[in-house]
Amino acid sequence: MTDLSLSDHAVAGKTAPPAEARSLRLPTQWLGVAPFFLFAIMFLILPTLYLMLGAFQNDAGEFTLENIAALAQPSIVSAYWISIKVSLASSLIGAFAGLAIAIAIVRGGLPDWIRSATLTFSGVASNFAGVPLAFAFIATLGRLGLATVILNTLFGLNIYAHGFNILSFWGLTLTYVYFQIPLMVVIIVPAIDGLKKEWGEAAATLGATMAQYWRMVVIPVIWPSFLGTVILLFANAFGAIATAYALTGSSLNIVPILLYAQIRGDVLHNAHLGYAIAFGMIVITGLANVFYIWFRTRSERWLK
Amino acid sequence: MKSGKFWAWVVFALGAAYFFIPLIATVEFSLRMRRGAYSFDAYQIVLGDPRFQATFGYSVVAAIATIILGVLIVVPAAYWIRLRLPQLRPVVEFITLLPLVIPAIVIVFGYIRMYGSNSPLPFLASDMGTNALLVIGYAMLALPYMYRAVDTGLRTIDVRTLTEAAQILGAGWGTIIGRVILPNVLIAVLSGAFLTFAIVIGEFTMASLLNRPAFGPYLQNVGANRAYEPAALAIIAFAITWGCMSLIQILSRFAPRSANRPN
Repeated sequence: MTDLSLSDHAVAGKTAPPAEARSLRLPTQWLGVAPFFLFAIMFLILPTLYLMLGAFQNDAGEFTLENIAALAQPSIVSAYWISIKVSLASSLIGAFAGLAIAIAIVRGGLPDWIRSATLTFSGVASNFAGVPLAFAFIATLGRLGLATVILNTLFGLNIYAHGFNILSFWGLTLTYVYFQIPLMVVIIVPAIDGLKKEWGEAAATLGATMAQYWRMVVIPVIWPSFLGTVILLFANAFGAIATAYALTGSSLNIVPILLYAQIRGDVLHNAHLGYAIAFGMIVITGLANVFYIWFRTRSERWLK
Repeated sequence: MKSGKFWAWVVFALGAAYFFIPLIATVEFSLRMRRGAYSFDAYQIVLGDPRFQATFGYSVVAAIATIILGVLIVVPAAYWIRLRLPQLRPVVEFITLLPLVIPAIVIVFGYIRMYGSNSPLPFLASDMGTNALLVIGYAMLALPYMYRAVDTGLRTIDVRTLTEAAQILGAGWGTIIGRVILPNVLIAVLSGAFLTFAIVIGEFTMASLLNRPAFGPYLQNVGANRAYEPAALAIIAFAITWGCMSLIQILSRFAPRSANRPN
């Protein structure tokens, strides 16, 4: 998080001088943006800083690294580990499946209505998360779910007897993929649209095969936006709680659920440990987003 | 190229199966309440539940308040930055990205600790204060989407010329923003508003941790205690999301396409 606050100061420092010089002439200059900054500072920056400082304080308000060190206890480490695994698996599966669908609808020669229908549906499905999504997957892959029952009666395949459980790592991952794929499609389709037809023609003129065109032109151009989106999907899954909570209650110990239980009832018996968990979450999503911004600026060069 | 088209169909069919099977399963499950026959019993029970009506009403009011707060904060800021303070654009864009970086649960945790009843600003001491804090938190969640929608809308109009024309005709700042700029970006603002609505209506984390009687915690509660009603609720929630997104699509057809100024 130091990275983020540093860059904030850096940007603010850079832009301050011209505004200061002008403020003599026009003291009302800042009034237009004052509500926005007041709002952001009071309800976004300060509460976050408060938690981050709290992570480095003990009950007496003295500086300490004990809370951060206490994160190393097995139950918390395993919570972070499961969260990272679920986020990584769902973002990678979502990213590759989303890319395949995006390429199919943009370049696959499918009818036009499929492209627009898919994009519309993706807009809806990427926002269909939270508690209702969990209900839908329980109705599908729960013990009495339609897919479970059909697989069992038609093919004699009892997925629960084979170790599948909707309240497990794979159950949660499969559910998260439902909003990860559409998010990937929505973000990556413009990047694929940005591949100019002339590049394919130029490659063909120079004698490139289809495989060479993909390996040397398409993949290098799409790569940064693809990787950037994977990271965005990761952060998206990492902070999500409602779906997991409605799906598994507290039986799957992921970080947001642990923090939720800590806020509700101080289950860890140490208020400052809660701050440390929140701090750890910000560090992980913050790092992910630093990479995202970096990849995005690299990919924007090609999308003009 | 023929095999390419074949694989495109395969990928599309697999994707469609993954996305439609849960929807079909949920619809089917929601109709199974009466033994041996399909019926709309689950929907009747859900829609007739006074707690459904109360929590849904609460969330609709919260969503409308969120949209108003978001518009009041974002429109003047985005307008002013385009007109007078373009050097602040990177800072503001960075801030509007932050709610995507900081998970909602962390933001609301910060609120609970900072604005408790013993703090200088005791939002949580009263019901109204807690409601206000929830709306503020929602506006924060929606900020990235609202800002981008409004900023995209402003890009398609010539902010400077419109402002100068209004000033020559003697308009004050309130008139310029309320009667010149806002009508011109109304479609963009409405797109942001419907997206905000879709995000806020079933939100669980903030409402639950602030103990508000909102729709999200109600959904979770029904899910933990009932069998068929959750499926009916999921279908209702999907329909609401679908409605919001369709309205955005319809609105985007009315949006001005050409940018008068390239910036």
